[in-house]
Amino acid sequence: MSTSRHWKRPPFIKNPTLRWGLMVCVVIYLALAFGTMEINWTRTSEGIDRGKKFLGAFFPPDFTSRWESIYEGIVESLWMTVTSTVVGIALSIPVGLGAARNLSIKPVYYFCRGVLAVSRTFPEIILAIFFVKLFGFGPFAGFLALSIGTIGFYGKLLAEDIEDMDPVQAEAVKATGAGWLQWLNYAVQPQVMPRMIGLGMYRLDINFRESAVVGIVGGGGIGATLLTSFDRYEFDSAAAILLIIIGIVMLVEYSSGYIRQWVQ
Amino acid sequence: MLRIQHLVKQYKTGDQALKSVSLEVPKGQVLALIGPSGAGKSTLIRCVNRLVEPTSGSIELAELNLVNLRSGELRKARRRMGMIFQEYALVERLSVMENVLSGRLGYVGFFRSFFRKYPQADIDEAFRLLERVGLDHMADKRADELSGGQRQRVGICRALMQTPDLLLVDEPTASLDPKTSRQIMRLICELCEERQLAAIINIHDVLLAQMFAKRIVGLQLGEIVYDGPPDGMSAEVLTQIYGEEDWEATIQNVDDDAEGSETNIEDVQQAV
Amino acid sequence: MMTSLHGSKREWQRRATGKQLMIWAGWLIGVAIFVYCWRLISDKTIWMFVEDAPRQAADLAERMVPPKWSYMEQLWQPVWDTLNIATLGTAMAIIIAVPIAFCAARNTTPSRVFVRPIALFIIVSSRSINSLIWALMLVTIIGPGVLAGVIAIGLRSVGFCAKLLYEAIEEIDPAQVEAITATGASGAQKLTYGIVPQILPAFAGISVFRWDINIRESTVLGLVGAGGIGLQLDASISTLAWTQVSLILLVILATVILSEWVSARIRHAII
Repeated sequence: MSTSRHWKRPPFIKNPTLRWGLMVCVVIYLALAFGTMEINWTRTSEGIDRGKKFLGAFFPPDFTSRWESIYEGIVESLWMTVTSTVVGIALSIPVGLGAARNLSIKPVYYFCRGVLAVSRTFPEIILAIFFVKLFGFGPFAGFLALSIGTIGFYGKLLAEDIEDMDPVQAEAVKATGAGWLQWLNYAVQPQVMPRMIGLGMYRLDINFRESAVVGIVGGGGIGATLLTSFDRYEFDSAAAILLIIIGIVMLVEYSSGYIRQWVQ
Repeated sequence: MLRIQHLVKQYKTGDQALKSVSLEVPKGQVLALIGPSGAGKSTLIRCVNRLVEPTSGSIELAELNLVNLRSGELRKARRRMGMIFQEYALVERLSVMENVLSGRLGYVGFFRSFFRKYPQADIDEAFRLLERVGLDHMADKRADELSGGQRQRVGICRALMQTPDLLLVDEPTASLDPKTSRQIMRLICELCEERQLAAIINIHDVLLAQMFAKRIVGLQLGEIVYDGPPDGMSAEVLTQIYGEEDWEATIQNVDDDAEGSETNIEDVQQAV
Repeated sequence: MMTSLHGSKREWQRRATGKQLMIWAGWLIGVAIFVYCWRLISDKTIWMFVEDAPRQAADLAERMVPPKWSYMEQLWQPVWDTLNIATLGTAMAIIIAVPIAFCAARNTTPSRVFVRPIALFIIVSSRSINSLIWALMLVTIIGPGVLAGVIAIGLRSVGFCAKLLYEAIEEIDPAQVEAITATGASGAQKLTYGIVPQILPAFAGISVFRWDINIRESTVLGLVGAGGIGLQLDASISTLAWTQVSLILLVILATVILSEWVSARIRHAII
């Protein structure tokens, strides 16, 4: 009874070789990563000054002197956001249905999964670069890039959501003798709808944020204005733009919470 | 040992969960607190170790008034009150041993607890307790790998690690099957006997309460409506606590069960 | 659901008439907004270019093959940089995000009135601004290079990680924390015994998830001068070296797929 028994917390990784090996790897990696990072310290230290100036520009930001181009850019961003979200989601619904394993047949499944994989791989900004090359400068290129991004995002989540749905409910509706479309409407849609509306709002939010950067490569929207104001070191205008972006994102987030509650 | 006087708890919503409850528990007594859900059982024992702040009244643990303690003193006082929970409330991602040792948190400093460097005496005690409940071979299993009865045993060990004077037990059997429920109740009562601990056991199962407790307190809408021995639980008393229902069958069953239980006192050790 | 007695027959409608009208009105407004936005965009589009696009695309595709494999020698360093930007940026984000998340979670915040709103504002600001914009800012402030990229990725990810983490903290099982409290544990002990074990899997999952996203994002930071393979992409596009562009795109593709595979493996191992 009184023999002392030793106790130590069991380590997270049981195998000691693996444990120490991983630690050594991490250390080596960090050393290499920091070692190969070329940092220009004089330039960086200058940055502290500029950083202060930039932060100072937020108090107060300058909304007025570039108001016209800011306004135009923001509105253009908003158009792109709305159209690309709507078109993207509309296109992603058939793709998503086709990419759900429990819904579609093998060839369609692989095709749709392929479409999703391709549209998800490249960041929207790279797509935008190419669309600008093909369609010229302006919001159309940005719109296309965001739409494709939306298809990849929304279609994949829709497909996963359908695959995760409760098969019993789906079976019960099928047992009533419902047709395929009726079955979709009564068994699948009610199960995935609330979450998908939430995700739609989330994608709207993402698209707005992305629409602010496609302008950097000429895809329309507020990005171009922002780029110019940084290039000219007009930090107070840049601060104004950033604040507007933050404000709109907050607004979308707040209202999406509200809409989600309303839907459920 | 524990003296509660005129304890009142009013929630922010305005619900009065406890209306001037007074109760005294002497050393070594196991008391079962019964009553319908919402009667304030859980609030009462949570007021004792101030997981719920009482609105007014006094709670004395061996002459120490708990109600006005500041946080440091409260921590010291909590060490003397072990608590056992309904859904076990083990930290599921910690090992059994870590859960048991967490009963010593009030005694060891932060860094010792952070690096799991407990005094050897604590580790010995933990193994002794685990051995007592038949789980010492499970010490390095994660808590969520255990069955319900095993988890509750770990919960009991954790409470006893505090070397408490008083056990607060909140529905220990609510999520267990009937057989395991009895084993757990028996274990708690035996351990209280061994260590001369006072205990307040919240329980909604009248049968179990009558089988194991020497004293039963019935709570209804925040007021004590019965306080007496188990065999005083008549149909009228039960009606007063729970409302109108045919209670004869319940009372009948208790007698049968009490006899039956004499024979299988060993199955705590057997069933792991 | 609405039922009403109509003569001797009971009628059933899915929704009350007012609600149904509101839903229709909502659809109408939605469609109107969409059509309006679409008009504005199409006004700004030169449709001649769009009609010409397929031919252009074919032309471009032709100029992109075959990829200039020999260019690969010059890509190893940028790929390594890209990887570092993502990894170090994620690490930085996690270190900053943890305290912010604890300040933002309703059940652990030191003060709901002062600290929580500030933490939430930091989270929203960080999330609202795309990493490319963060990079743009940092390049102007501290100059072009990998460091700007690391910090940009870090600052963008703080909000993401903190948001998911504080949601995980708010969802913990309060009974386990209560049990630890009942043993007489101090605040710091409650944190390490009651809360941290519960959120650890979420924490690991979030980190890996964000790392995966960051790999993707750090491939383009070079477009604004913040290091990584984007620099080469930008340079190759502006010099119309299309065979290099196609190689870079292939490399990005490979990196993204690889990182997705790695993160899936790690997440599988953790959970």
